[in-house]
Amino acid sequence: MTKLITRRSVLAAAGATTALTTLPISMVKLAFGGTRDDFTFTYISDSHIQHIKGSSFVRNWDQGLKRAIAEANLVVPESDFVMFGGDLAQLGKREELDHGAEMLSHLKGKLHTVMGEHDYYLDLGEYWSKLYGPHYYSFDHKGVHFVVLNSIIVSDDWTFHRWPTAEQRMLEMAGLDNPNGSPFMVGLKQREWLRADLEKIGKDTPLLVFSHSPLQKIYKGWNFWTDDAEEVQALLQPFQNVTVIYGHVHQIQYNQIGNISFHSVMATAWPWPYPQSYARAESHIPVLTVPMNRADPFFERDATGWQLIDVNSGRVTARYQLWDNDPRTVAYNAKLGHPTDVSYQEPTQRRVPQFHY
Amino acid sequence: MANCMRIAVAAALALAASGAVSAELLGLPPVAAPVDNPQTPEKIELGNKLFHDTRFSGDGTISCAHCHADDKAFTDSPLKTSNGIKQQTGTRNAPTILNAAYFTTFFWDGRASSLEDQSQFPIVNPIEMGLPSHEPLLQIVRTDPAYTEAFKKAFSKSGNDITMEEVKKAIASYERTLVAGNSPFDHYYFKHETNAISDAAKRGFEVFLNQGRCVSCHTIEQDRALFTDNRFHNIGVGVNRIQPDVPRLSAEFLKAKAAGVDVDKAVLQDAKTSELGRFAVTTHFDEIGGFKTPTLRNIALTAPYMHDGSLKTLKDVVKHYNDGGKSAGDPSVNDYLSGGIRPLNLTDQQQDDLVAFMESLTSFAYVGAKTKQ
Repeated sequence: MTKLITRRSVLAAAGATTALTTLPISMVKLAFGGTRDDFTFTYISDSHIQHIKGSSFVRNWDQGLKRAIAEANLVVPESDFVMFGGDLAQLGKREELDHGAEMLSHLKGKLHTVMGEHDYYLDLGEYWSKLYGPHYYSFDHKGVHFVVLNSIIVSDDWTFHRWPTAEQRMLEMAGLDNPNGSPFMVGLKQREWLRADLEKIGKDTPLLVFSHSPLQKIYKGWNFWTDDAEEVQALLQPFQNVTVIYGHVHQIQYNQIGNISFHSVMATAWPWPYPQSYARAESHIPVLTVPMNRADPFFERDATGWQLIDVNSGRVTARYQLWDNDPRTVAYNAKLGHPTDVSYQEPTQRRVPQFHY
Repeated sequence: MANCMRIAVAAALALAASGAVSAELLGLPPVAAPVDNPQTPEKIELGNKLFHDTRFSGDGTISCAHCHADDKAFTDSPLKTSNGIKQQTGTRNAPTILNAAYFTTFFWDGRASSLEDQSQFPIVNPIEMGLPSHEPLLQIVRTDPAYTEAFKKAFSKSGNDITMEEVKKAIASYERTLVAGNSPFDHYYFKHETNAISDAAKRGFEVFLNQGRCVSCHTIEQDRALFTDNRFHNIGVGVNRIQPDVPRLSAEFLKAKAAGVDVDKAVLQDAKTSELGRFAVTTHFDEIGGFKTPTLRNIALTAPYMHDGSLKTLKDVVKHYNDGGKSAGDPSVNDYLSGGIRPLNLTDQQQDDLVAFMESLTSFAYVGAKTKQ
């Protein structure tokens, strides 16, 4: 059955645009893409490398990152660059950042990185900076303006005055549903920097913004949240074609707010559920229209993975490479004006529920 | 899709034709045949004849039964990988045909979708039976009186109306009779005969269900035990040997496949390409080095083990899993290892018990198989 489902989803992904082929569509596009200025980059995120002691690290998280890197290196022709979406480390330790950096060094192609809260709250990003440079920055590639934000800042009071040690601060922030946490934000300083950065850019230039936390408000209790999301969005809305890609949530999410398309990326470490499935009381978080495939806990890689991001005329197609599961593709749908999952949105193409037991 | 079209055929029909008794099905579900190929005694008999005919090979020496021998539990044990025409050696270990009737895909990489589909390939594979095409086979079955009679009885067809469709259907019908449950374990588990297996096997079953993590892929259900999930997993066999070559091999293979290379021939001719496993069929990176979960029934008879026959004994197999998919001398597991494989921390006793459990899966009907070295 695996074969049949896989083949069907590949065909669905192809739509009417590509001739029948046994190759995955991403490979076809990459191999025969022609001379357009479209391009592809690789996105790996949330590896949570965790130090145990000495030279010992959590095997499961190591294996996820290692596998993503090995597979990303097989893409032919090579993608233009690699983004790492944050939370390289679990508790911000040098051992973790070094071990993760050593693994990332095996990647082909230029690496850009995003700051995650697990990288930050031990030494406020100091060691991370030694490895990867500034916490926020921008660059241009093939006509697209890329912005990387550090979206996991919280109030000075929480950061500097709440905790007796840096280790405890890190531990408090590392818990997903810890009520002692604090809502993330980009903060005034970075918003001012962003305003200035974008002043130089034409409004018709496609913008691609990377953050660790969602630059939209999903669920405050788990920090699937950026407190000044509206202010950041207001700076982006004047542009005709904006995409925000974030990590942190360890699951596939997509959304459209005005001119801004949102995509999340998967973790290589472990999956999180959608918060609604966890909330006990009635809540007003956005409804999940397509249920996430249930992870099979026997396969520790199930519901984790990595992405190939195709940029076509500035619009994003996220191709999720999901281990022990079927690949998924979420692409901007010009007719509907928002991203859709190419195989799951059509009710006729959804997998029939199973009633076994 | 073939799956959806299947209907259950009364097991008694198939078994009556093969002379077996229904007790042989203890622990197994009824055999299902495709709607367009129901079991008949005439087809089964014809399939049996075709299966054992050495004339369907390039040099007249190799039949299907050459690698799937009746007296060796339908394997060529103890060979590591199979021998084809002109003393050629393939890249893969011949799996038993016993209980193949229950599989949903065929070959170690699942490149065939039914027994019918599968049966056509080894005949024309240059490493296996080595016919240049199916024509010489059709010439024989259209003219040899023994066959013309049999095809008339089974399909009401003669002359040029006999095609590979009928040949494939007959062979598949015969293979659907090669089912074997009824092992000591089946008596223990399904008939609750507490003394049917040894204490070591009972302890091994406990390990199989729990700490050994075996049952997640080698499945057991309430009323049946097929011991396979019909899926593909990279468990660190074969692929471990080609780790540095994977980028080159996968790129070359994708290019060759896009250019129309025959997967069936490519994977049996080149030892390294063979180790790409399921990836050769689906081209998903996720399936690099993945091979089909084999059934464990009669496993004690069919050494050596794994798709490449690289592990000599069941104890070697258990050790491999206990080491989390690492091969001897490997500094770490391969990059593409299945998320289901992890170190098990089994004691030597637990490993021996697991072997004892697997030895309890031999069907009474095949205890005498001549597969020992």
